Amino acid sequence: MLLLLLGIIVLHVAVLVLLFVSTIVSQWIVGNGHSTDLWQNCSTSSSGNIQHCSLSSVNEWLQSVQATMILSVIFSVLSLFLFFCQLFTLTKGGRFYITGIFQILAGLCVMSAAAIYTVRHPEWHSNSDYSYGFAYILAWVAFPLALLSGVIYVILRKRE
Amino acid sequence: MLRALAPAPAMAPGAPWSNSSPALAVLLFSSLVLSPAWAIVVYTDREVHGAVGSRVTLHCSFWSSEWVSDDISFTWRYQPEGGRDAISIFHYAKGQPYIDEVGAFKERIQWVGDPRWKDGSIVIHNLDYSDNGTFTCDVKNPPDIVGKTSQVTLYVFEKVPTRYGVVLGAVIGGVLGVVLLLLLLFYLVRYCWLRRQAALQRRLSAMEKGKLHKTSKDSSRRGRQTPVLYAMLDHSRSTKAASEKKSKGLGESRKDKK
Repeated sequence: MLLLLLGIIVLHVAVLVLLFVSTIVSQWIVGNGHSTDLWQNCSTSSSGNIQHCSLSSVNEWLQSVQATMILSVIFSVLSLFLFFCQLFTLTKGGRFYITGIFQILAGLCVMSAAAIYTVRHPEWHSNSDYSYGFAYILAWVAFPLALLSGVIYVILRKRE
Repeated sequence: MLRALAPAPAMAPGAPWSNSSPALAVLLFSSLVLSPAWAIVVYTDREVHGAVGSRVTLHCSFWSSEWVSDDISFTWRYQPEGGRDAISIFHYAKGQPYIDEVGAFKERIQWVGDPRWKDGSIVIHNLDYSDNGTFTCDVKNPPDIVGKTSQVTLYVFEKVPTRYGVVLGAVIGGVLGVVLLLLLLFYLVRYCWLRRQAALQRRLSAMEKGKLHKTSKDSSRRGRQTPVLYAMLDHSRSTKAASEKKSKGLGESRKDKK
């Protein structure tokens, strides 16, 4: 029982860390010598020493991606907090519905953010050669993990 | 007045400078701010964005130490972008607005201010790219005539860009608000439902106690009555059936008690 609890908490914290890293680190799209993410565009000079970073554009779609990523982090943190609350207040045999719902919401938010970014990113950066950076991949990885975590919470029953 | 204050900070050398200097600084600052008793302060926006062909409001407000007099005057001046001269485009004096009728803003300015509310705003209609520039609002409220004017820069765009953060804040606030609302609604409904369940349970248990007292004498009826009670407990969710049977049960118990 304790092992199960520990496993669930580790999964939740892993999802949270993935969401944080994906939101903050500057590696959604990388090309040769430049990288962009949700908040800024950074480019290294040809010599490789100097980095210039400037703010990303004020596009509405980029703002919505930022907003949904932030929302997913908020929902995941709330879900963790509610999990601990429900752990101590739920009756025996009860299910962690609220925790699961918030975690599922976080997963949906990440998915919509990544989807919007994939479709609309030509609007705010105009480089032709690019590839997706690891933060972008982390966002897509966080989505099924968050869904899985949420579903586990909904199915789980409180014992002891 | 500033000259009169200059000798004030002079102190004897060797005096405890560190102890008194914050107090002195506060005193100096407050006197600098409060001493211009006969000055007027004008407030406008810093920047205003407008779309071509639409209209824009240039707000101007002021603070004056005197009451608003009848001789109050507002003047708006315009300096084109990159130009050096400022031309006067609007004047209000003695309760009468005077609008530009020959210049670039001919028939495009509308006075929407009200001196009583300390508002000297104008509206420019039908914007054009040539309206880019700096507008200065000048207010004179006799005898309060000394003061700084304030400037607002007009930018004319083809399409007004939304400020950064509007969409961000709206999405975050909207989704969080909806989720919180749904949660509150859910908890409210569940609380009401649980309360009603508890009330029904209480009434049923009270009735059962009364029935058991009665049927301890009459054992033959017990078989018939207890199934009715269990049926009521089963159907306690459907309110109409429960209330009907409850009233019937209560009526019976009252009749039996008599």
